[in-house]
Amino acid sequence: MTESTKDILFKPVIENNPIALQILGICSALAVTSQMSVAFVMCIALTVVTAFSNFFVSLVRDQIPSSIRIIVQMTIIASLVIVVDQILKAVAYDISKQLSVFVGLIITNCIVMGRAEAYAMKNPPMASFLDGIGNGLGYSAILMSLAVVRELFGSGKLFGFEVLPVASTGGWYIPNGLLLLPPSAFFLIGAFIWVLRTFKKDQVEEEEFKMAPNTQAAEAV
Amino acid sequence: MEHYLSLLVRSIFIENMALSFFLGMCTFLAISKKVSAAIGLGIAVVVVLTITVPVNNLLYSYLLAEGALAWTGIEALSSVDLSFLGLLSYIGVIAAIVQIMEMVLDKYVPTLYNTLGVFLPLITVNCAILGAALFMVERSYNFGESVVYGFGAGLGWAIAIAALAGIREKLKYSDMPEGLRGLGGVFMIVGLMSLGFMSFGGIDL
Repeated sequence: MTESTKDILFKPVIENNPIALQILGICSALAVTSQMSVAFVMCIALTVVTAFSNFFVSLVRDQIPSSIRIIVQMTIIASLVIVVDQILKAVAYDISKQLSVFVGLIITNCIVMGRAEAYAMKNPPMASFLDGIGNGLGYSAILMSLAVVRELFGSGKLFGFEVLPVASTGGWYIPNGLLLLPPSAFFLIGAFIWVLRTFKKDQVEEEEFKMAPNTQAAEAV
Repeated sequence: MEHYLSLLVRSIFIENMALSFFLGMCTFLAISKKVSAAIGLGIAVVVVLTITVPVNNLLYSYLLAEGALAWTGIEALSSVDLSFLGLLSYIGVIAAIVQIMEMVLDKYVPTLYNTLGVFLPLITVNCAILGAALFMVERSYNFGESVVYGFGAGLGWAIAIAALAGIREKLKYSDMPEGLRGLGGVFMIVGLMSLGFMSFGGIDL
């Protein structure tokens, strides 16, 4: 292991963010971000699942025959998600109702599978565990920043507490209801990627097709 | 009959898997560069959803739900609630059905297999498939409803990906800001499409 612990833990947060740069696991990033408290619970759930699935996959990595590794990983991940789902139902029933199917969908979240396949299969358990936490944090960073924008401007609240007094209850802020609807999540992520790529030029994608320069004017002379 | 028709329209347009629940986004964004590939994947999703949702429905109502084991006639089993095993069983069923479909198609319909072949393994990890199964349980659809719902949800997803691919094919000739080129722009387009699909919201049959 040449990478230091700090690198494993914090690289995925900024430099190699799973959502913004690797474009993994966006399904839930879009769906659960209209309220901060819901997004926060989702972040914890995903971080825990990623960390432990990395840990367990890494523990058994030398025993799994490569032809059935996907099934084995799936089983480990699904069992962890069931545990998380049951705990949420017991501890925070309201939020688990709001998250509805999205807790279950952590199973097919590409971040979890992706890290298990790409990192945990090749690295020792402790490093994999940290890598899982790091990627979970990277995911959480994006999710929370989206949720802040959507909840603050969509309903004038943060974590359910009123920050901007809303016009309907006598305040001055007229909430932008569009931010709570699905399309705004797409726009926000699009804008986010745009900002990120303006600062990190190496992320810009190659143009597939380039318009030939117009030679008409030159020929006319 | 009317009830089923209304459910079908709702699952295709109003509650579109991709555009209002954000399910299957990873493949939705990755495989939408070419219309032909997008349609291939769309068809595969329709087929898999139409089979897996009803199968999972049977599994849930005869094995997992509370009191579902009552049909065995054994007194001790009649109050067993296995619904916590749901997630594990659905994903297992989906993986198995996709695998079986791959083998059956390879043996009997090789032309279709060659078209769908590359997409089938991708489908196991497509969250639209698992999502549909979970929605089916959450809304407690019966068998007939789950057939209609599976088909409708798949068709809605297929329409969305085919439309997106069509737009992207045209869009590659346009001159976009550097940072928006590629994925950033795609997100914006999907946002606009989602806005468009919201106009179906009021439809009620």
